[in-house]
Amino acid sequence: MKARVHVMLKAGVLDPQGEAVRHALGTLGFEGVEGVRQGKVIEIDLAGDDKAGAEGQVKAMCEKLLANTVIEKYDIEIV
Amino acid sequence: MKAAVITFPGSNADRDLVVAFEAGGAEVARVWHKDTELPEGTDIVGIPGGFSFGDYLRCGAIAARSPIIGSVLRHADRGGYVLGICNGFQVLTETGLLPGALMRNAGLKFISKMVDLNVTTAASAFTGGWQAEEVVRIPVAHHDGNYTVTEDQLAQLRDEDRVAFTYARNPNGSVGDIAGVLSANRRVLGMMPHPERAMVAGHGSVDGSVLFRALVGVMAPA
Repeated sequence: MKARVHVMLKAGVLDPQGEAVRHALGTLGFEGVEGVRQGKVIEIDLAGDDKAGAEGQVKAMCEKLLANTVIEKYDIEIV
Repeated sequence: MKAAVITFPGSNADRDLVVAFEAGGAEVARVWHKDTELPEGTDIVGIPGGFSFGDYLRCGAIAARSPIIGSVLRHADRGGYVLGICNGFQVLTETGLLPGALMRNAGLKFISKMVDLNVTTAASAFTGGWQAEEVVRIPVAHHDGNYTVTEDQLAQLRDEDRVAFTYARNPNGSVGDIAGVLSANRRVLGMMPHPERAMVAGHGSVDGSVLFRALVGVMAPA
């Protein structure tokens, strides 16, 4: 079983890297790019097949280490 | 006065911090991140600059979960002093001992240069060697020094006089030009500039030595 965690900066937290990517896309001629936010995807291989248990476990991982909830939010997908 | 300086894999200012504490008059023990207890009688813990764990995941994130940190949190909880410089400041925000987070510099570039800092408060063991509003020269060397806190937290830091230093000219986009902050009990300081790199004339400034001398002179027992 695999868990996929998406970590993104919270709305309202300035993302200088996303801004730089937005500028670069404009330089390349891509029009209409109004905003870019950059985040992380973390894939975790898990033993067993208890999806509900895995979700709880991965949530604890996010709170303790994978995301800094001062500035970041996270979404968990069990696949 | 006994100082303990922690070394993580990727720390690079640990020895400089040891030398700076010694210059201030402290007896210094070196501690490895896998140790689980600080040496008996530790008065202050130094968390050095560098790139602990290669800045993987987030700067300071992995170091903040290493075995020694439990002992550092207990030390802080009983009123012990902690000084985190640069990566050490990032580690302190990741442990929750200090509010906020340090993000990528607004200009996206690594910045290494001497900067002017305003000493925002003299009311701490760290800054008591200066007058409030004094301007001091201490170098910065970081890629992720863009301090971020919520508006409420910023108001609280200011109300409680916990902003220790601000940049005279903001190099990295930090909220409120903040370069260093204190804990509520004023015994934990995190700062991005490197006072341990402004100790002797050859460094281009000796202003950092004021911090270490003041600290060793006035620390109250934990």
